[in-house]
Amino acid sequence: MSAPYTPMDALTILDTYFIENRSRILDIAAFLDRIDRNPDAETAKADYRYQAFLRIIEILQENRGDRTKAIQIALSDPTTQPLESALGLKAWGAWKGDNHAGN
Amino acid sequence: MRAIDPHIHMVSRTTDDYLKLTISGIHTVAEPAFWAGFDRSSANAFRDYFHQLTVVEPARAARFGVKHYCWIGLNSKESEDLALAEEVLAFLPEYLDRPNVLGIGEVGLNKNSRNEIAVLEKHLEIAVARNELILIHTPHLEDKLKGTRIIMDMIRSEPRIDPARVLIDHAEEHTIGEIKDNGFWFGLTLYPNSKGSPERAIDAVETFGTERLCINSSADWSVSDPLSILKCANEMRRRGHPDDAVDQVFFRNPSRFLGQCPKFQAA
Repeated sequence: MSAPYTPMDALTILDTYFIENRSRILDIAAFLDRIDRNPDAETAKADYRYQAFLRIIEILQENRGDRTKAIQIALSDPTTQPLESALGLKAWGAWKGDNHAGN
Repeated sequence: MRAIDPHIHMVSRTTDDYLKLTISGIHTVAEPAFWAGFDRSSANAFRDYFHQLTVVEPARAARFGVKHYCWIGLNSKESEDLALAEEVLAFLPEYLDRPNVLGIGEVGLNKNSRNEIAVLEKHLEIAVARNELILIHTPHLEDKLKGTRIIMDMIRSEPRIDPARVLIDHAEEHTIGEIKDNGFWFGLTLYPNSKGSPERAIDAVETFGTERLCINSSADWSVSDPLSILKCANEMRRRGHPDDAVDQVFFRNPSRFLGQCPKFQAA
């Protein structure tokens, strides 16, 4: 017979996951720095994916219990109609906008 | 511990991976038909692939003491070519009676196009006619939410399909709630880069409960890990979940869903 489940308390969650998530945040900072250091940085910053990235970073700072879902929705195609064709199309990770026939 | 990987593409893996699975406690796997990483050049290429899934791969798995089941279907990425799809769908039912075939899958949508929808409809017709289990592939990334909703609408509009006999796979935080609310099973995929992590998967278990959930590696020809379900089970145990709950998620749940096909028997 297994012992009953006792969820981790919040401080234990912090203890357990802090270092690895500190590292992930540093990876994100380094990714943005890499773009900033490039002479062609403005081109990347104008891209819809970079703009989407800035939006989801804002969601990270919101004090809510469903940031993951909110970020997923912020990156999703909100339309409901099927595409006329999928030829040559693939997913890029962020929705480009309703003036495009898919990404 | 014992575990079943209900979604793994062993045709893309080595015999070393079979050895890792078997010595780690994964003695039963289910392999959906999928995209090979390139578009096949003819319908006959699908015949070869279905032969591989139903004859070659179970024999290769058996050498390592692993029971190999599979799903048969035309993946959504190759559904845009309707002429090719018609050819494949015409002979696809020939393979469904083979001893290791569990049902129709993985079929669904990729970019949510009209042709993809038309081909999915035809798969659903075959499933209804034969009362087959269905394994659904949902689109990637920004296309997932829209595609999951279209797929659920299609299935719900066919009253002869019991949602309890459908698993909607590659679910994520923004689709799990709607999938569960509609009575379907849902699958979580552990991919090192592009899909879920063990930590997020167990967050989902804690948020949505342990019912109607299967967790899989979907290990294939790309960056993936055939032992990821065990790493996820370890994450669940690390958080203090009892062994019985871990066993439910990683063994009894896939046994229960896949066991709706009378051919399935976990090792």
